[in-house]
Amino acid sequence: MLRVVHYVNQFFAGLGGEEKADLKPEVRSGPVGPGRLLQSLLQGKGEVVATLICGDTYFAEQPEEACRRLADLLFTLKADLMLAGPAFASGRYGLACGEVARMALNELTIPAVAAMHHENPGVQAAAAGAYIVPCGSSAASMKEALPPLLALGIKLASGSALSPNVDGYLPRGIRKNVTADLPAAVRAVNMVLAKIAGRPFTSEIPLPQFDRVTPAPPVPDIRQATVALVTESGLVPAGNPDRIESSRASHFARYSIGGLRGFAPGEFESVHGGYSTDLANADPNRLVPLDVARRLEEAGRIARLYDYYFTTVGNGTSVQKAQAFAREIASEIRRSGVQAAILTAT
Amino acid sequence: MAKELEREGIPTALLCNIVPIALAVGANRVVPTRGIQYPTGDPSLPREQEEAWRERLLLTALKALETEVSGPTVFPSEERGEGGR
Repeated sequence: MLRVVHYVNQFFAGLGGEEKADLKPEVRSGPVGPGRLLQSLLQGKGEVVATLICGDTYFAEQPEEACRRLADLLFTLKADLMLAGPAFASGRYGLACGEVARMALNELTIPAVAAMHHENPGVQAAAAGAYIVPCGSSAASMKEALPPLLALGIKLASGSALSPNVDGYLPRGIRKNVTADLPAAVRAVNMVLAKIAGRPFTSEIPLPQFDRVTPAPPVPDIRQATVALVTESGLVPAGNPDRIESSRASHFARYSIGGLRGFAPGEFESVHGGYSTDLANADPNRLVPLDVARRLEEAGRIARLYDYYFTTVGNGTSVQKAQAFAREIASEIRRSGVQAAILTAT
Repeated sequence: MAKELEREGIPTALLCNIVPIALAVGANRVVPTRGIQYPTGDPSLPREQEEAWRERLLLTALKALETEVSGPTVFPSEERGEGGR
């Protein structure tokens, strides 16, 4: 019987939403939330003996401390296998799942697998050796996400040889020596011939795909510059006139800040669904620093604050959408003579 | 979004709390803040101190916008160990 330990966040543990995201690591015996589905999928081959739980904000704000506490808890559970998530497209949860899977495998030598969407920033843990299986972007795909997570976990725990191409996990950047059927020269020439003939071929050395952006040149003198404020924190005028979605935003909006010396509570509010907004709504300048930016403008530290701020909700919003929003924002502010932007992110 | 703005030639200071994610995705000018729920605030401080801290944060952001960088770079607005959670 395989002793499986499952990692989930406060939300999937059923303990609460963003108001509980500060929850410290803790352990519950037996399966919780999606762990119950894992338990039924195990069909007698094993048992979800315990569930590790940690709040997403707690983890993201002190990942090392969170990992250390989770490692202490996991160590006592004598796990044969650790499964984390699925985290879908949730950034903080994905970060936690990836790190927990990496920690279990690398530090405690417990076979461990995490599941998350391939665009989740948590996939960076794969480069540090974590096994990560891709899944859908929302919890609607829970049923499809769990079987591959469990299947890879069982195979890993059995000690079988694995490869990303066969077993469907994200490449970990590890090269293994294998015996090929043909010498390298023949394989290379075959690839060239295939390429010339327009036939498909697979390179043996995939190039890393970094989407690195060449930094924009700096502003020579910020005192001469017009600066725009941009945010993904979901700060909108009260009532959310443009109906920006609290998650998976389909659009952004721009609102006038001309003449405003700060954001007044009650007149502006956040509609972001991915964090607890109470502290921000009590003083929206905590999300977009209009009060201080205006004072810096008056003091001549910048020439001018652009008359509008731009806002959307960065909560499960696809990378493609966010890129499109930013391109549109860029084209407007460039036309209006803005030289630099300050972007606040939650 | 910060990357796209930079790609379009607009230097952009990204003020956020989860710096490892910002660096992993490749934001070029990152200014660390004190909490996920309040990128330009610190509710643990009295109002005047919070505003003073916000001003230091923005001055750091302005410095980042004036600074030539060759790739993802962190511009700390405070000494190590000070404040934060």
